[in-house]
Amino acid sequence: MERQALNEPPGGGLNIAHEAVDRHASGDTGRRVALRWLDASASPQDFTYVQLKELTDRFAQVLTQLGVGKGERVFALTGRIPALYVAALGALKAGAVFSPLFAAFGPGPVQARLTLGSARVLVTTPELYRCKVEPIRDLLPSLTQVILSDPTGTAPLPIGTARLEDLLANAIPCCPLGAATDAEDLALLHFTSGTTGRPKGALHVHGAVLGHQASARLALDLRPGDVFWCTAEPGWVTGTSYGIIAPLVVGATLLVDSQAFDAQRWLRILAEQAVDVWYTAPTALRMLRKMGVAPSAPLRQLRFIASVGEPLDAETLRWSLDVLGLPVHDNWWQTETGAIMIANRVGLDIRPGSMGRPLPGIEAAVVQRGPDGGVQVLPPGMVGELALRAGWPSMFHGYLGDPTAYQRCFVEGWYLSGDLVRRDQDGYFWFVARSDDVIKSAGHLIGPFEVESVLMEHPAVAEAAVIGRPDPVAGEIVQAFVTLKSGWEADEALRRELLIHARRRLGTALAPKELELRASLPKTRSGKLLRRLLRRHEPGIAEADLSALDEGA
Amino acid sequence: MNEDRLKQLIGEALRQVAPEVQMDQLDPAVNFRDQIDIDSVDFLSFVLALEKGVGIHIPEMDCPKLSSLNGCLSYFRGRVQG
Repeated sequence: MERQALNEPPGGGLNIAHEAVDRHASGDTGRRVALRWLDASASPQDFTYVQLKELTDRFAQVLTQLGVGKGERVFALTGRIPALYVAALGALKAGAVFSPLFAAFGPGPVQARLTLGSARVLVTTPELYRCKVEPIRDLLPSLTQVILSDPTGTAPLPIGTARLEDLLANAIPCCPLGAATDAEDLALLHFTSGTTGRPKGALHVHGAVLGHQASARLALDLRPGDVFWCTAEPGWVTGTSYGIIAPLVVGATLLVDSQAFDAQRWLRILAEQAVDVWYTAPTALRMLRKMGVAPSAPLRQLRFIASVGEPLDAETLRWSLDVLGLPVHDNWWQTETGAIMIANRVGLDIRPGSMGRPLPGIEAAVVQRGPDGGVQVLPPGMVGELALRAGWPSMFHGYLGDPTAYQRCFVEGWYLSGDLVRRDQDGYFWFVARSDDVIKSAGHLIGPFEVESVLMEHPAVAEAAVIGRPDPVAGEIVQAFVTLKSGWEADEALRRELLIHARRRLGTALAPKELELRASLPKTRSGKLLRRLLRRHEPGIAEADLSALDEGA
Repeated sequence: MNEDRLKQLIGEALRQVAPEVQMDQLDPAVNFRDQIDIDSVDFLSFVLALEKGVGIHIPEMDCPKLSSLNGCLSYFRGRVQG
C-alpha cells in the first residue's frame, strides 16, 4: 500500500481529514458531492467537497478556539446527521482524537466509554444529551465542552452546552489550525468489547488512512465519483472507516441515510440514488430477504455489493443474486485491524460462506497457541486462530490505558484475532467460531461482562451469565441467565423487571432479549463462569464433559 | 374481535420485545420506533408475536403497516371480522 496517491497537508505530515476532504476541495472535484444526506423523507441534502472543507475547517477552528489540544478526545453521540460528519472530520483536522458512540447505547455504556476515553468534547443532540449524558455529567470531570446539534435552532439549551450551528457560524476559518499531524499521531478511538472487563478503546493513527484507501479500492471496488452507501452505524468501526473516511479519501460521493433499517426504503434508495457500491451487513440482507421485498425495476447502476460483520451464508448470497441481480462479496476485519483484511475482492471468485482471501500486503495464517506461549502455523483444513502478520498500515496502536491487553494480542510477530477459522487449499478463509465468549449480534460485538455487570446492579441479582443464542436473522441474540439472592421470588414479574432494568441501562442493542432465572450457573471448580455450557446449540459438548465440573462449587 | 381486545394483544406482543412499554403512554399515531427503544430485529419479533397472538398469518410485505398503534389497528380491522 503506497502513499503515492495521497498528498501532504500544507503543514506537512499526514492527516486523515486532509486526505478525505481538503485534497479534493478544488477544481471539478471540489464541486462534486462529497456527502449526500437523506432526511426522514429521503430528500437529499448535498455537501460538495468545497462545502465540506469549509464546514470542517470551521469545526476544527471551534476546537482550536476552545483550547482542545492535539490528541484530546472529541466524542460524538449522534445518529447519522450532518453534524456527525462535520465533527468527525473537523476533529481529525484539528489533531484531536475522534471517538464515535452508538446513539442507541443506554446511559451505562455511554458513561463507561466517555470515562474510559477521558472525553474532552462531546457532540450530540439536545434529546440524547438529556437522556443519556446530563444525568451523569457530574461523573465526567474531563468533559468540558458539550456541543449540541440543533439545526432548527428551537431547542432550549441546557446549562453547560453550546449550539453547534452557532459555533460554526462564528468560527473564523482563516486562523491557523492546531499542530500538524503525521502518520504516527493518534486519530481515532473505537471501543470494542471483550469477554471480561470493560470495553477496550482501540487507538488508530492517521497512517491508517493508507489502509482505508487501498481496501476501499480492492475490497469494495470503490472509484472516484461513485455513489457509495455504507449502512453501518458510525459508532461501529465499519461506520467510520467506510461510513465516513474511505469513500471520501477515494473521492466518491458518500450517501448517508439518516433513518434506521426499513426494507422498502432501502430498495427505493438503491434505485433513486443510483448507488454504485453498497456495503452492508448479513443481518440486514437476511431481513430484506425475510420481508420478501424486491426492487420494482432492475438496479442498473449498482455494480458491487459487499458485506461484513458475520459470515455471509450461501442462502443469502443466492437471494441477492436472484433478487438484487448481484452477488455479495463477504469480507472480514476487526476494530483492531482498522480496515478490511480478508475479502472476496474484486476479480476474485466468490466462495459462498468464505470471507475470501487476504488483501495484497496482508499476510494471514491459521495458528495454534502452544504450551510454551508461542504459536504454530497450521496447514490448510485445520481449525485454529486467525492471525495477521503485525505491522500493516491500519493496525491499531494500542488499547487506551491498557498496554497489557495490547501486548497480549501479539505473539512472535503475529496479531491474534480471537476468531477461529480454517483455510482451504486455495487460501480462502472460513469462519468457524469465536475463541472466547464475545457475542456477535447483528454483526456487532457485545461483551458479556458489560451486560452482566448491569444485571448485577439490580439488588435481586446474585450472579449473571450472558451468551449469544443462535438466531436466523441476527446471527446471535443476547440471552441472560440470572441467579437470585435469597429472599427474592423467582417469578415472572421479577424476570420482567430485570429485563426492563437492563434495557434502560444498556439500550436495546446490548440488553438481553431473553432472560431466564436459574438456581445456579455452570462454573469450574475454581468458580470461573462457564458461559459455553449455557450455549444450548454448542456442538460437541458431551455429557461426560459436564460431569467433570462441580456446578456452583 | 373488538378494538380493546386488539389493543390488548398488540400490547402483549409489544411487551415481549419491550417489556417496559405502557400502552396508555403510547402516542397511537407515532411510529413505535420513535417512542420505544426497539431495533429492526425487535420489530420482526414483535410482528411474529402479534401473528401468534391475533392468530392470523401476517405476510412480510405487510410489516411496514404495523409500525404504529394506529397502523396495527387499521390493518387488523381490515382483516379480522367481528
